[in-house]
Amino acid sequence: MSVITTTTYSKPNHKGYFGAYGGKFVPETLIPALNDLEVAYKEASEDAEFEKEYLHLLHEYVGRPTELSFADRLTGFYGGAKIYLKREDLCHTGAHKINNAIGQILLALRMGKKRIIAETGAGQHGVATATACAKFGVECVVYMGEEDMVRQKLNVDRMQLMGAEVRGVSSGSKTLKDATNEAIRDWVTNVDDTFYIIGSVVGPHPYPMMVRNFHRIIGDETKRQLMDIEGRLPDYLIACVGGGSNAMGIFYPFINDDVHIIGVEAGGLGVESGQTAATLTKGKPGVLHGSMSYLLHDQEGQIELAHSISAGLDYPGIGPEHAYLHDTKRVDYHAVTDAEALEAVSLLSRLEGIIPALETAHAFAWLEKLMPKTTSEEIVVLNCSGRGDKDMETISKYL
Amino acid sequence: MNRINKVFEQKKDEKVMSLFITAGYPNVNETVNLILGFERNGADIVELGMPFSDPLADGPIIQYSSNVAISNGVTIQGIFDMVAETRKNSEIPIILMGYINPMVRYGLEKFFSNAAKAGVDGLIVPDLPLDEATMIEEFAHSNGIQLIYLIAPNTSDERMQLSDDKSNGFVYCVSVTGVTGARDGSEVQQSVDTFIQRSKANITKNPLMVGFGIKNYNDAQSISKEADGFIVGSALIEIIRDTYPTENWKDEVFNFVHQLKFGYPNQ
Repeated sequence: MSVITTTTYSKPNHKGYFGAYGGKFVPETLIPALNDLEVAYKEASEDAEFEKEYLHLLHEYVGRPTELSFADRLTGFYGGAKIYLKREDLCHTGAHKINNAIGQILLALRMGKKRIIAETGAGQHGVATATACAKFGVECVVYMGEEDMVRQKLNVDRMQLMGAEVRGVSSGSKTLKDATNEAIRDWVTNVDDTFYIIGSVVGPHPYPMMVRNFHRIIGDETKRQLMDIEGRLPDYLIACVGGGSNAMGIFYPFINDDVHIIGVEAGGLGVESGQTAATLTKGKPGVLHGSMSYLLHDQEGQIELAHSISAGLDYPGIGPEHAYLHDTKRVDYHAVTDAEALEAVSLLSRLEGIIPALETAHAFAWLEKLMPKTTSEEIVVLNCSGRGDKDMETISKYL
Repeated sequence: MNRINKVFEQKKDEKVMSLFITAGYPNVNETVNLILGFERNGADIVELGMPFSDPLADGPIIQYSSNVAISNGVTIQGIFDMVAETRKNSEIPIILMGYINPMVRYGLEKFFSNAAKAGVDGLIVPDLPLDEATMIEEFAHSNGIQLIYLIAPNTSDERMQLSDDKSNGFVYCVSVTGVTGARDGSEVQQSVDTFIQRSKANITKNPLMVGFGIKNYNDAQSISKEADGFIVGSALIEIIRDTYPTENWKDEVFNFVHQLKFGYPNQ
């Protein structure tokens, strides 16, 4: 394997484009808000005090750095490359999402915003946002599809316990896509005092770039930790991709390195079944929720309903940077099915004593295909993006 | 001269009324009849909404009509056919209003050329701000389709001027920050006067049309008193929703339209 990147990667451009993808496809009312956000984010990211506060919170509140664990029994099971797990499941709230929620709430406070809104699918971003709002004493409204509220009841209870208002969304498919529509409508209406904490590397510029940068600590830590343990870079990096925030977080610091990078999408019942969330595998370019990217949509440009057993991957779009990395072939994207993800949940639970989130399980499921091609001299790093407690109800139906 | 410019030329002494209806709502066979009836009852311009599954700038009413239209099987080609059919009997300016994704999927070049052939005069794309509109400007220009941009109360003077520069036909003033839908009249009125005054200072090339939140004749007159005209959408669709398919639903709808423009019913 050899993927040599000769030029230094610097995306997006000043208009928020990653190649042909990205941009700012929003109503005029939001343009001043996005421009303000862009300026505020740029100032904050050049302010050493802001970084200091962000890193301090990630350390003493979130619990970073998260460990890089050697999965010895999983490695033994496959008999190929050494497998390391980046333990984002050990973050406070149980998933990587909190890195971004902390970053964005600090920015919101810096901008003097009094009210936070967010959308959530699996509830992990909603929980992370509710957590950050509780920590800073800020009003929090989370939009969540009614179907997801049933699938992820535990997370609804957690958000409410921390004082957030969870607004059920009954339009469309009643999932993440519709919750995002509703959050954008709220933002258009309350644009003066409200900050919208988007939970993935999606949405209009500067969100895809900003969310990636708030998560790049995952990849930066991984690089340092693996250097300490093995004295070298990994051969393979793997992460699951819905919108794609945990994946961009771990991929981004390795983009210029000689590392084979793999993103795993949710294939649902199978990529040819019509019941899938494999956006890059089955989608076509289009515009949804403020940016140009790959989408699942029909010939008339109507958005199709995604399907995945995992609420966090059940989304018909994907971050624009993934679309770019897909087209340029810098990252390989594959899909695994609901059934394969469930198998991976059992396998990891039994072999490593780690119950992964259903989202994360998709990345593990790809090991079935990848590991036979690897040798014992090679190293695989997998982003263990979240823990599976929230999914126990779904998982137990299949046990 | 483009049909839109002609209307503003001819109606200098009255408020120009533009009506929004979702194509294919309440069913695909009524759209042409509704447009013709709107014209007979005082509409000066028609905005024909191209339904999209995820209309994030729209309130509940237009979300509803969009969903119904999509389940009625309306297509972009079907909408062009409706325009062409209308053109057999009417010269009313027709502006298509829709989100960018269906146009991208249809193919932008083909979209503009077929729209022009059908007799479309203008286009409004609520999720395509000036910054991104370069992707359609050339196609619009070469096919004689006028692009109408929106400005909102939080739009800067500088961007208002840019919108005026890029717009043809008119500039669309969104009276409040928010999604489409009828509002309490006083809620709109309070903030709208200063906004319209600021708009007038910055919009010098094009007429100004005010929309969002207008639900009756009084709203229309007071909100548009400093503008060239007004736009009504959600309130009209609400009347259709409440009356369709009763026997006289269209009479009630056309009565509402007449009242909106003139302040009294047509019978």
